Amino acid sequence: MPEMTLIEAIRTAMDEELGRDTSVFIVGEDVGQRGGVFRATQGLFEKYGAERVIDSPLAELSIVGVGIGAALYGMRPICEIQFADFIHPAFNQIVNEAAKMCYRSNGQWTVPMVIRAPYGGGISGGLYHSQSVEAFFAHVPGLKVIIPSNPYDAKGLLKAAVRDPNPVLFFEPKKGYRLIRGEVPEEEYTVPIGPARISRSGRDLSVFAYGMMHHYALQAAERLAEEDIQVEVVDLRTLYPVDKATILTSVHKTGKALIVYEDNLTGGYGAEIAAILAGEAFTDLDAPVQRLAGPDVPGVPFSHPLQEWFMPNPDKIAEAMRNLAAY
Amino acid sequence: MATKVVMPQLGESVVEGTVTQWLFQEGERVKEYEPLLEVNTDKVDTEIPSPTEGVLLKIVVPAGTTVRAGSVLAWIGEAGEDIPESDSSAVEPKPAPQEDVAFGEATRPMAATPPRPRRELGFISPVVAHLAQEHNVDLSQVRGSGMGGRITKRDVLNFSEERRTQSPPPAASPPGAPLESPAWETPGEGDLFRPTEMMFGEAKQPKTTPPQPPATERVIPLTPVRKAIADHMLLSKRTSAHVTTVMEADLQAVTQHLAAHKPVYARDNVRLTYTAYFVAAAVEALKEYRIFNASLTEKGLLLHPTVNIGVAVSLGEDGLIVPIIRHAEAISLLGLARAIADLAQRARNRQLKPEEVQGGTFSITNHGVGRSLFATPIINQPQCAILGVGVIQKRAVVIHDAIAIRPMVYLSLTFDHRIIDGAIADGFLAKVVERLENWR
Amino acid sequence: MGLSKETVREIYWMMLLARRLDERAWVLHRQGKIPFHISGIGHEAAQVGAAFALRRGYDWVTPYYRDLALMLCLGYTPRDFIIGLMGKREDPTSGGRQMPSHWSLRQANVVSHSAPVATQATHAAGIGLAIKLRKEDKVVLSTIGEGATSQGEWYEAVNWAAVRRLPVVFLVQNNKYAISVRSEMQMAVKSAADKACGLGLDGRSVDGSDLFAVYEMMCEAVENARSGMGPSLIEAQLYRITPHSSDDDDRSYRSREEVEEHKKRDPLLLARQTLESRGVITPKIVDEMEAQAKAMVDEAVKYAEKAPYPAVEEGAHPVYAEEIRHA
Repeated sequence: MPEMTLIEAIRTAMDEELGRDTSVFIVGEDVGQRGGVFRATQGLFEKYGAERVIDSPLAELSIVGVGIGAALYGMRPICEIQFADFIHPAFNQIVNEAAKMCYRSNGQWTVPMVIRAPYGGGISGGLYHSQSVEAFFAHVPGLKVIIPSNPYDAKGLLKAAVRDPNPVLFFEPKKGYRLIRGEVPEEEYTVPIGPARISRSGRDLSVFAYGMMHHYALQAAERLAEEDIQVEVVDLRTLYPVDKATILTSVHKTGKALIVYEDNLTGGYGAEIAAILAGEAFTDLDAPVQRLAGPDVPGVPFSHPLQEWFMPNPDKIAEAMRNLAAY
Repeated sequence: MATKVVMPQLGESVVEGTVTQWLFQEGERVKEYEPLLEVNTDKVDTEIPSPTEGVLLKIVVPAGTTVRAGSVLAWIGEAGEDIPESDSSAVEPKPAPQEDVAFGEATRPMAATPPRPRRELGFISPVVAHLAQEHNVDLSQVRGSGMGGRITKRDVLNFSEERRTQSPPPAASPPGAPLESPAWETPGEGDLFRPTEMMFGEAKQPKTTPPQPPATERVIPLTPVRKAIADHMLLSKRTSAHVTTVMEADLQAVTQHLAAHKPVYARDNVRLTYTAYFVAAAVEALKEYRIFNASLTEKGLLLHPTVNIGVAVSLGEDGLIVPIIRHAEAISLLGLARAIADLAQRARNRQLKPEEVQGGTFSITNHGVGRSLFATPIINQPQCAILGVGVIQKRAVVIHDAIAIRPMVYLSLTFDHRIIDGAIADGFLAKVVERLENWR
Repeated sequence: MGLSKETVREIYWMMLLARRLDERAWVLHRQGKIPFHISGIGHEAAQVGAAFALRRGYDWVTPYYRDLALMLCLGYTPRDFIIGLMGKREDPTSGGRQMPSHWSLRQANVVSHSAPVATQATHAAGIGLAIKLRKEDKVVLSTIGEGATSQGEWYEAVNWAAVRRLPVVFLVQNNKYAISVRSEMQMAVKSAADKACGLGLDGRSVDGSDLFAVYEMMCEAVENARSGMGPSLIEAQLYRITPHSSDDDDRSYRSREEVEEHKKRDPLLLARQTLESRGVITPKIVDEMEAQAKAMVDEAVKYAEKAPYPAVEEGAHPVYAEEIRHA
């Protein structure tokens, strides 16, 4: 099985979907000849032409708004937002339009659309190239929110997202684009939207994470195995709708839970997992539910030591695991 | 009957309005849509048209008075007609301050009283309290290994396990009777299939009966499990009014879905089988037909808040066991497939925990594994229905006036006619069939 | 102008029916029978003139909330409208989910819209893009009020259409007021059509109370779009005769004298004068139309009052396309 990077898996998924279905097209800033600032669409303009890989004006709102219009007409747009930090101008279109379309028209209209956006810090991106925005959207019924952590899932989930009849937000951990490698089969497959995955089994505590933080959580769990602490790591993969059953089953087994995310702590996605556990796993709990996340400052600062202070990393995660195991 | 004239809600946020002028006197005749009075609110000043034609019988709210939207302003009807008494009060009372109404509604009695920890033990976590109660563990005898000597979940489980392996059951105990919970000795009051791994361990012990000489008749003593099954079957037949209804389902959609997703699930080390689909379809029907997720008690019908599905697993000569998939209503197909595979595996290995075979609210039995077409299964008390799944066979069926070959299955639903009527049972079963046939 | 007598009579009938329905909505509101109404009185000539320039049912429309007359031309019925006002189950736009006059009619290619203004304009551009990608000859009509042309969304949409030469006609119904704020306070240009010159498309202003002037200009714009010559921006100058909505009291921001002055140019009145002078309609024909309109409106109210509300459990669906069968 060939090994590829996260970004290659994403590109391959789009390549295959463009080839499979002529309704599929890509629209975004610099996605054409430039192949995207992260090279996610490299070679696709040459292969499929300017009508399938469309350079948009520099305006995020209308990348999404135009995508919605095309989707209403029966197309399957893949909208690329260059950085998740720039998705906010399109918030109105995503939350008020795409998410509500099916419900508000009583099922007359649907919006089969994917919005891809690189997110996350640790790349010296400062306040406006490092944001995690998943919590805003994982609050909105009508949307599906996906964050893959590895090339296999990224390809399978992106293909499933393109084929899904609903608006799907697909956030990509950009720090892992070239850092995370993995085997990806050549044959056709998709990964279903919804289920989480237990990526490492353990008896002592459960760690819930996604994207880059899942990658780090696995590294930390390996270190703790040497200290005879068996950590179960769950890759949430689909944040909304969330796979409650897998979360509850894991905590039923371990009795302890740590949620790791690189967004600000307060009101972040981990709060929802903590609330699920408080409400539905109370009698399984053997320790307070813990969250490890970024501090509550407005953004990830640029200067290297400040960025390190902000970001969760394998050391910080291992320490949180150790404390929870000892409780 | 007299018609009310009410203060309209003259805006999304407007809650009250003032009558500025009546354009008609009591006793005068007014036409529908004719302006009847003028009203002033903080958003608009407007005329209010009459809702109907008739005589203005009574002006309830005089000019100059402010009332809430929805208040009765006047009555219109035929001359001499009576006005309903209760509705003629002049001004609706000001709303009482909404003290704690929402809070009162949100407060529900807890399912169980939270265990009160003994102070000298230090902090007792919810799961430790729960396990101590379940395993009859006296926490004062458990040594804590957690932070500050706290008793952890592992401490309780280790303690319970050590006690079990060190002290064999007293000889006087009836074979197979679970030790920790005396309540289990009364099978009729709860789930039948409560045996622990100890119980099955007992069943595996060498037979004490000496070999019988060959004869025309001989007695084979019942194993505890067989005895328990026998008792329960009879009890169930005596308790419920069993009726069985049968429907047929076309599994084309399920078969295609299964073929497409089996390799995907396999990557997650989950073996996807038809059983997961039957459970999922039953769960959907149970959500719609809550009465099937209920038990008949002396006080009345007890609707269970969660769907806990028992899936019968055959243990060969040792009878069968029905492990429970808890909170099945919240589990995805992947989760169901994982749970089924896990429970079946551990049931066959005699590794189920006691709590994994208790508290079922609905059961499914897959008698089709023995090539049975359809059956009339017996209800697992105190549940009120059980779904039997027959063998899946390709059969010729007529679809749109053409003969097609489709994977077909008969589904048998046995239900308790004391609480469930035939039509409702058919509705439930039809829902299961519809879900399976339209799988996607 | 190439319109038969029958067609012209039908045009007048649509204007008349829209007016009588709109008036009844005000009455129903003051009777306390409906919670809200937003009026299109004064807009009828612009809307009907635009509708008849389209291939109705073939071309696409992204309307806004004052478009009752436009919707009637596209197949919406008096019953549909009153049912919607009352939030009854049969409401064809949303099954009682949306407020009244938030249109949607899939079979007529009328796309569902929301309440934040100008959001539908980017959808129009997206539909136009899809039409162009599919190499079809359909046209999109996107209507809007002059207040909403202050929104960035609207500029992005028009810019997209202009850059990509999309088959979209943007019709601005300038009724002089955005609730209470006069158009001079919305824009420094005299006409919203002047905004076109900064975006690179054809922009023209027309007397929106003159049915035939609107129709002719719209025909030209629609044919340009259909033949691949790109988008147009048309401003119809008219006057909002009623308050903004049933909640609004316009006496706080404009004089009765001003309103009375504009009522002299009531589009229904002008159309009647013109058509009578040309012998297309007679007082007798108009009387018959009035009687028919009243009968239809009465019948619609009676029907809607008896019609059932949605069952409460219907409120849970359809959030996602997969649930549409539940609806």
